[in-house]
Amino acid sequence: MTGIRKAATGTDPTIRIRRLCKAFGRNRVLDELDLDIGRGESLAVIGGSGTGKSVLIKNIVGLIQPDSGSIAIDGVETVGLSGGARDEVLAKFGVLFQGAALFDSMSVWENVAFSLIHNLGMPRREARDVALAKLAQTGLGRAHADRYPADLSAGMQKRVGLARAIAAEPQVLFFDEPTTGLGPIMGEVINDLIVECVQGLGATALTITHDMASARKIADRIAMIHAGRIIWAGPAEDIEESGNAAVDQFIHGRTEGPIRAVAHAG
Amino acid sequence: MNPVASVGRATLNFLAAAGRLTLFAGTGAMHCVRPPFHFRLIGRQMIEIGYYSLPVVGLTALFTGMVLALQSYSGFSRFNAESAVAVIVVLSITRELAPVLAGLMVAGRIGAAIAAEIGTMRVTEQIDALTTLSTDPFKYLIAPRLIAGTLTLPLCVLAADAIGVFGGYLVAVNKLGFNTSAYLKSTFLYLEVGDVVSGLVKAAVFGFLVALMGCYHGYHARGGAQGVGAATTNAVVSASVLILAFNYLITEAFFAR
Repeated sequence: MTGIRKAATGTDPTIRIRRLCKAFGRNRVLDELDLDIGRGESLAVIGGSGTGKSVLIKNIVGLIQPDSGSIAIDGVETVGLSGGARDEVLAKFGVLFQGAALFDSMSVWENVAFSLIHNLGMPRREARDVALAKLAQTGLGRAHADRYPADLSAGMQKRVGLARAIAAEPQVLFFDEPTTGLGPIMGEVINDLIVECVQGLGATALTITHDMASARKIADRIAMIHAGRIIWAGPAEDIEESGNAAVDQFIHGRTEGPIRAVAHAG
Repeated sequence: MNPVASVGRATLNFLAAAGRLTLFAGTGAMHCVRPPFHFRLIGRQMIEIGYYSLPVVGLTALFTGMVLALQSYSGFSRFNAESAVAVIVVLSITRELAPVLAGLMVAGRIGAAIAAEIGTMRVTEQIDALTTLSTDPFKYLIAPRLIAGTLTLPLCVLAADAIGVFGGYLVAVNKLGFNTSAYLKSTFLYLEVGDVVSGLVKAAVFGFLVALMGCYHGYHARGGAQGVGAATTNAVVSASVLILAFNYLITEAFFAR
């Protein structure tokens, strides 16, 4: 077991979600979902395609407004926040998107330094030095700094995305399908980098993935989402003995079981 | 299918879209006048929208002025009013043709580019990434384009006014046998400041509309490459139609007695 292994130390969880609901038309994607992520904990939310994993993460970071329910970050309710109060919460976050979501009109180092220049007001020269250090942390040298995202492979783009996510040293890191689209070796490299970065920052981490190898590697704790709710949560090493038929079916990739092999929307 | 229900649904969809566009325009306009301003981005957009559009706008104005001189001469010679050619050319160019044609050319060139760029950013989650980096996409992406469109199209039209009138002059003097000084005298004798100003006001509105429609359709693009393609088409078509509609409204505001 190579999880991050950081026990929750504070009294309040860093992220506390209660009765979270989100529907798109008649499709109820999140259905009174409850979830806690402790301080310094690394949690992986697993689940099939269309079960609401991405919707969950977008609700937490404020890209989607929930229909009802509560999301508290460090004890501060964030649902309905806007303006400066929302920016204060966002300043605690770093997000690695599924496709890296690099700004293709900017060079690699400008992508990494974006938050430093635009939010922290750091001079460009100084921000470039920080960006180069973060890139080095993710295994990319100076030679890559002045290239553009379109010139990079998918694995390199993920590394740059990771460097951008950690550039402002956030307290909470979100990883959206970090190994999707990568080969097994590059996936493992990204998993290792994520573990290193989260440990290095002492951050709380939420990863959503359907890659069990990634979940086992990254997470202290795993939660499974199905039909808009968390149906099981526990230490990563306990997932083989979850006693939950849906979890067993998912982690062993069986077609027979309580989960129908039909894609839901969302 | 119930035809009344179809009409009702279409009406509701239209009203909802109009409401969304109005809110989008209002939010965008608010960010245009409220600091902080991203001057570097505004400057870059001004070069993109204004400087790089000058060749196509200039050529359009040149040939339009030349054709206008030929056509008006052909028409006015039927009742011995050839001397009105210079006035017709300068008034048509400054009041109508330069702003409208420049607007339409820029809609095709810039409206499509803005929609494609912002649409691609939307479908590749770059706009979501901006938001998570505590950067308001309206402040960073939309406002610089709206400001640049509003400020630079009038400058393009000012150039187009001069080039278009020059095109008419070239044809009138070299092909139709007008006297140089007489043609220039007629051109400036009847030209009023209001003629030029009305064209520049139109250009500012058209520049805002072109940038607005590019941003709006790009921002709401969905569904990958196909969605970006649809956004691009919609941006050009809607900007062109709005330019023609607002052209009438502004003309009426300036010149209706």
